Amino acid sequence: MNASLLEVDGLTVELPGTARPVLDAVTLRVAAGEVVGLVGESGSGKSVTARAALGLLPPGARRAGRVLVGGEDVLGAGQGRLRALRAAEVSMVFQDPRAGINPVRRIGDFLTEPLRLTRRWNRRRAEERAVELLAAVGLPEPERQLRRYPHQLSGGMLQRVMIAGALAGEPRLLLCDEPTTALDVSTQAEILALLGRLQRERGLGLLLITHDVELAAATCDRVYVMYAGRIVERATAAELFGRPRHPYTIGLLGSTPPLTGPPARLRPVPGTPIGLDEAAPGCAFAVRCAFAQAGRCDQEVPALLPLVDGADGAGHAAACVRLAEIPSPAEEVRP
Amino acid sequence: MSTATVRVGVGRMVRRLGGHGWLFRVCLGVLVVFVAVALLAPWLAPQDPTVGDFADTMAGPSAQHWLGTDQGGHDTFSALLEGARTSLLGPLGVVAFSSVGGIAVGLFSGWRGGRVDAVISRVLDVLFAFPSLLLAILAVALFGKGLGAPVLAMAVAYLPYTARLVRGLTAQEKTRPYIAAYLVQGHAPAYVAVRGLLPNIAATVLAQSTVNFGYALLDLAALSFLGLGVQPPTPDWGAMINRAQSAVLAGQPLSAVVPVMAVVVAVLAFNVVGERLGERGTR
Repeated sequence: MNASLLEVDGLTVELPGTARPVLDAVTLRVAAGEVVGLVGESGSGKSVTARAALGLLPPGARRAGRVLVGGEDVLGAGQGRLRALRAAEVSMVFQDPRAGINPVRRIGDFLTEPLRLTRRWNRRRAEERAVELLAAVGLPEPERQLRRYPHQLSGGMLQRVMIAGALAGEPRLLLCDEPTTALDVSTQAEILALLGRLQRERGLGLLLITHDVELAAATCDRVYVMYAGRIVERATAAELFGRPRHPYTIGLLGSTPPLTGPPARLRPVPGTPIGLDEAAPGCAFAVRCAFAQAGRCDQEVPALLPLVDGADGAGHAAACVRLAEIPSPAEEVRP
Repeated sequence: MSTATVRVGVGRMVRRLGGHGWLFRVCLGVLVVFVAVALLAPWLAPQDPTVGDFADTMAGPSAQHWLGTDQGGHDTFSALLEGARTSLLGPLGVVAFSSVGGIAVGLFSGWRGGRVDAVISRVLDVLFAFPSLLLAILAVALFGKGLGAPVLAMAVAYLPYTARLVRGLTAQEKTRPYIAAYLVQGHAPAYVAVRGLLPNIAATVLAQSTVNFGYALLDLAALSFLGLGVQPPTPDWGAMINRAQSAVLAGQPLSAVVPVMAVVVAVLAFNVVGERLGERGTR
């Protein structure tokens, strides 16, 4: 059975004082051993989706739908259950390790405290485990690192520490919220390689949140594209590269330099993403879309429809009312 | 490992404290001297300031009485040294109680947010409206003169300053990603608030407490001056100023000027040190 580690089902999150929901009927799945990408611009709701999986929604948020982690309902879970879930099942790697690790405590404290407090391990055992973890993420001299403060480590090293901390509880599901955005380009590749290795070794389910669609396509098995709180396209990495269907995905791919092959002229997506204070009666992307049809795209909210018959909720799907009329960039562009 | 931590911590603190310029260092030195004097007063004082020599009242400085005597024949220099004990112990009590209480209230309020926060903030606003001195006088009226009642009353009056500061800092710090990272690790919120968040705002809170110390010293001296605080014969700077009134009228102001100078210098030093620590904390 291909059991989902993370199952988000029709999750809608509304914050007070906003014109549109932060998340609008978001549905996504992450199975064990699967790398899933969540791609979108800033403010598209990627991070909120990940935080919902941890029960970390902002206070005062109205929510509908379900979030299951390992089959357990997160949104309805009590404080104790939530803590147990966070300590054992699901973990998160944050964007900026400088901000995500308490600057006044030592690396060793960051790694051993969860083990000592949530698992009641003694200091010795927890420190041995921390050394193991630091070695696993490729930090030299792990024993010495335990005694150091975050400001004594480089960004890349600190992100490794953050990953080690996320793995401390032996989670089955790892959420990575733009894990390489705050790092140097050369370090980004190393961190991604590390994440990939750890994911394969441990059979983790991994949700990679990024604004880089090329990166997602290169590292993920499946990709969800988000725009203004809605999933607009769902595809395998190969499908997304080969035959992107939603105009937004096409635009994103056209505005990103390809990782391989000759550089082509980049075409930016015109306009800016709609803010939380703007409501869109129809498709949220309509105002920026070259294919938008007045009277249709700005009226009707497109549903995420499977493109392949008989898809079980994981196959290629896109949310666009003019899907049939939009030519996908030909396969010859990308091998 | 814990001893190493302490050693490194103290060394770092000393190095940090050195980097604030000469005014800060002088004021810190003054505070160290004051505390040392307060601790060692019984051994340092040349005479017993509680015993007056009526044959030698309102004397000027001499070899026997370095700073002269007051209208009761008490040695002013000895009274100054011994007075440092009560004059510093009182504010210490005020600051200790108000800081512990203020941190607890502020942390809880800022962390919980929402309705709890709103209610606590309004209660603090009401407490703000009470002048600390009035509260202290009220406490004296209820519980009698001495050091205990005014210190407790003033601790209550000073609590809102620390609480409001801690509340604001907590609300701000709470949104930082490392707090979410702690929660994601499965820690209890109380643990995250106390062990994770508090150390990050401690420097600023310490600065506020230091400034509070100066104000509490001033308030308690005023209370003693009114005759409501420490009672004679226990020496106290405020009480010394009070008793020296007749000496001032008789043209021998030295026994009043000396404790006044002590109060002014102490408050000034505490304010400078506190302010610099605050700059350090917010930077």
